[in-house]
Amino acid sequence: MRRGDRMPNKLSMVVFSGTVDRLYPAAIMASGAVAMGMDVELFLTFYGLDAFRMGQPQKNQKMDVNYAELAPMLVQLMKEKNVPSWYDMLLKAKEMGSVRVHACAMTLDLMGMKKEHLDPIVDDVVGVGEFVSNAKEGEITLFL
Amino acid sequence: MVSAADQKIVLDARGSFCPGPLMELIRGIRQAKVGEVVEVWSSDQGSRTDIPFWVQKSGHGLVGVYEEAGYARFVVKKLR
Repeated sequence: MRRGDRMPNKLSMVVFSGTVDRLYPAAIMASGAVAMGMDVELFLTFYGLDAFRMGQPQKNQKMDVNYAELAPMLVQLMKEKNVPSWYDMLLKAKEMGSVRVHACAMTLDLMGMKKEHLDPIVDDVVGVGEFVSNAKEGEITLFL
Repeated sequence: MVSAADQKIVLDARGSFCPGPLMELIRGIRQAKVGEVVEVWSSDQGSRTDIPFWVQKSGHGLVGVYEEAGYARFVVKKLR
């Protein structure tokens, strides 16, 4: 089959990690998917959900500790080269196509939070069953 | 930026990283009228494959890809 003959219709991502280096691929993959006319579903859970607490997207600078020696250099390079923040990329992807951002109900309950404690980019609160049912309609699901 | 001479929309996305230039192009194509030409400048390597792929998939016309010093110009005609 030639590339492009048949496109998957949906990209679903479980965003588990809350470090900036993992939030970037979530935002970039979402951008690429909407560019190719796909719908995107993000399921935010655990640290990934923490990264979407009100105020966090603007101030979170956490990076994977396994790359502690590389992270400051990458942060510096991104600043120098004016790379937009992962959050701005995600906002743009959302403007451009269908990007649904779901908060994991279980994590919210665990943290004693409600939807209003989350950044407005989050669309709704869903259970894992609903997310998996939705993801089943698409061909790609990633865990980040 | 629209130059009156040839009604071409030129988007300078040099310095923007993948998928920035593609996103700029899509936005430009959306704003353009059918038959208009949109040109995007990109220094991002991913654009070399991403942009022609998107143009083909979305049913527009790739007029040409022109290599310049440190970047490429992608000229796209809006067909639908």
